[in-house]
Amino acid sequence: MNTQVSIAGVTFKNPVMTASGTFGSGMEYSEFVDLNKLGAVVTKGVANVPWPGNPTPRISEVYGGMLNAIGLQNPGIDVFLERDLPFLAKYDTRIIVNVCGHSISDYVEVTERLGDHPEVDMLEINVSCPNVKEGGISFGQRPEALEEITKEIKAHAKQPIILKLSPNVTDIAEMARAAESAGADALSMINTLTGMKIDIHKRTFALGNKTGGLSGPAIHPVAVRMVYQAAQAVKIPIIGMGGISSAEDAIEMLLAGATAVSVGTMNFIDPYATEHVIQGIWDYMSEEGIEDIQTLIGAVSER
Amino acid sequence: MKRKEEAVVLSQREISSGIYDMWIETKLAEQAKAGQFIVLYPKDRSLLMPRPISICEVDGYKRSIRIVYRVVGDGTREFATYQEGDVIDIMGVLGNGYNLKAAKGKKVLLIGGGIGIPPLVELAREMALMSSKLMIGNTIEIVSALGYRDSDTFLRTDLEAYSRVYVATEDGSTGARGTVMDAIEDFDIKADMIFACGPLPMLRSVKQLALEWDVPAYLSLEEHMACGIGACLGCVVKTTQPDAHSHVNNARICTEGPVFEAREVEI
Ligand SMILES: Cc1cc2nc3c(=O)[nH]c(=O)nc-3n(C[C@H](O)[C@H](O)[C@H](O)COP(=O)(O)OP(=O)(O)OC[C@H]3O[C@@H](n4cnc5c(N)ncnc54)[C@H](O)[C@@H]3O)c2cc1C
Ligand SMILES: Cc1cc2nc3c(=O)[nH]c(=O)nc-3n(C[C@H](O)[C@H](O)[C@H](O)COP(=O)(O)O)c2cc1C
Ligand code: FES
Repeated sequence: MNTQVSIAGVTFKNPVMTASGTFGSGMEYSEFVDLNKLGAVVTKGVANVPWPGNPTPRISEVYGGMLNAIGLQNPGIDVFLERDLPFLAKYDTRIIVNVCGHSISDYVEVTERLGDHPEVDMLEINVSCPNVKEGGISFGQRPEALEEITKEIKAHAKQPIILKLSPNVTDIAEMARAAESAGADALSMINTLTGMKIDIHKRTFALGNKTGGLSGPAIHPVAVRMVYQAAQAVKIPIIGMGGISSAEDAIEMLLAGATAVSVGTMNFIDPYATEHVIQGIWDYMSEEGIEDIQTLIGAVSER
Repeated sequence: MKRKEEAVVLSQREISSGIYDMWIETKLAEQAKAGQFIVLYPKDRSLLMPRPISICEVDGYKRSIRIVYRVVGDGTREFATYQEGDVIDIMGVLGNGYNLKAAKGKKVLLIGGGIGIPPLVELAREMALMSSKLMIGNTIEIVSALGYRDSDTFLRTDLEAYSRVYVATEDGSTGARGTVMDAIEDFDIKADMIFACGPLPMLRSVKQLALEWDVPAYLSLEEHMACGIGACLGCVVKTTQPDAHSHVNNARICTEGPVFEAREVEI
């Protein structure tokens, strides 16, 4: 059976990756999961300088999911290159670095620094974080802004770039086309949906940042729909994520048109989740007599 | 090594109104230390996040862990229904725990407020055990000051086994009237070192006291958690110095904590 997939010339032993920000730098979960088994590790967002993130509380559980407002706290590119990258490079897995910034020049700086490190296989450009005021999502909600930043980063990138799209838009297909036409090598989606929770006893916002990003099982159908719409609109490969909690959810994503998938919030509920999803895909393929995983990609048909 | 595993409930009883005392059999007990915690995963699939609960006691053979918790929401309400023989999912052991070595030869004050008292039981037990093996002059004198709402003074006798206990109650029914800080003043308690766990306002007062007395104070902090293992950056506390891991003035309570020296954190 073949579970190998390829995106922009990079091959992955299987299509299961970790969603940025839910797996740290890989180090924390390496006590639970054999990182060698993963298709890729996608790191937490990395900026040009350390970011302190948002005030607490940063986490709130909601029905079927969670809200987070971490605010992209990260130690910056220097620490990432000194500490986190050498750790990940010891493993036989692909490394995708998630890049964030407040301005185009921030993104370009990180992109250029990563260009000197061939251990990094791809860059995922986060233009969809709902939790930071400047940067992040402001580039991901207008097609013109998305095109501009994609072009700039592409011009400076040595590795293929994945544009991570926001679900907080009216027309995902339009955004997908904008990224493709500006030179994106691949897309990933969805980032979190902006939400809010109010504590009725304290009569305050549950999160220090007032709003937060909704993730987890509750958003899965939204993610499947958006991956499908984007896959219909563009030719570049898509990495699908959003509420994947089982192999069934992952296979649904592949059928909708994703070439690979990322497991996010589920890691918190089950630290072995990525391995379970990989095993489950394998079981499904053998039960259904599927020789090559590629035949599942976009294979949903009308009833 | 942290692990998620199935544990078996050995016993559970309600020791005070809405406060439950549960012993669970788990291999994690082998490595569990005072001040550390585990997380419990509710069986109800709509409750996604693991619930962090402190280690209240480890049995002498290191085969089981005791937790004591208050029912405050759906997760803890579910835990309260568990009975002997039930199998539950837990992960641990998490966090740094208390630095016992620093207590050698000192008079130590344990300050606990309400549902912050449980981790002090294992701390007192381990310190008493350590002290019994130390040379005269290097032993540890343990004093506890505990704050409760009313005369329902859960875990008091547990701490009396290892320490001299002073109590404060909000309604004045036992001990000093008011908070645990009032008990410390009323009974004129003094110490060379403090360990404290309880609500944030209490921890703020303890930090103040530690600065006045010019003694070290180790505080157990809480924050909402998602991963529990240092990956999500959800559970941070502001630190006075840049943190060695995050390189900003934020430390992860689940990993660098939950125990911090009072001067390290801005609370
Ligand atoms: C390190 C640590 C040790 C703890 N030790 C104990 C203990 O020994 N005994 C005890 O009774 N309680 C302890 N708590 C608090 C305990 O985790 C919460 O009371 C519990 O998670 C509430 O869950 P719930 O579903 O009943 O409540 P809900 O309010 O319905 O929970 C909703 C969400 O908020 C989170 N949450 C709610 N209150 C807290 C809180 N105070 N701290 C962190 N997360 C919270 C829950 O985990 C859940 O994700 C500890 C917390 C931490 C961080
Ligand atoms: C705690 C947390 C932190 C996240 N941090 C990032 C991040 O740094 N960069 C990013 O592009 N996405 C981040 N995300 C979004 C996830 O990568 C993912 O797109 C989203 O959570 C949906 O997937 P899920 O439902 O499987 O979690 C974060 C999500 C969570 C829950
Ligand atoms: S709970 Fe995720 S970092 Fe502490």
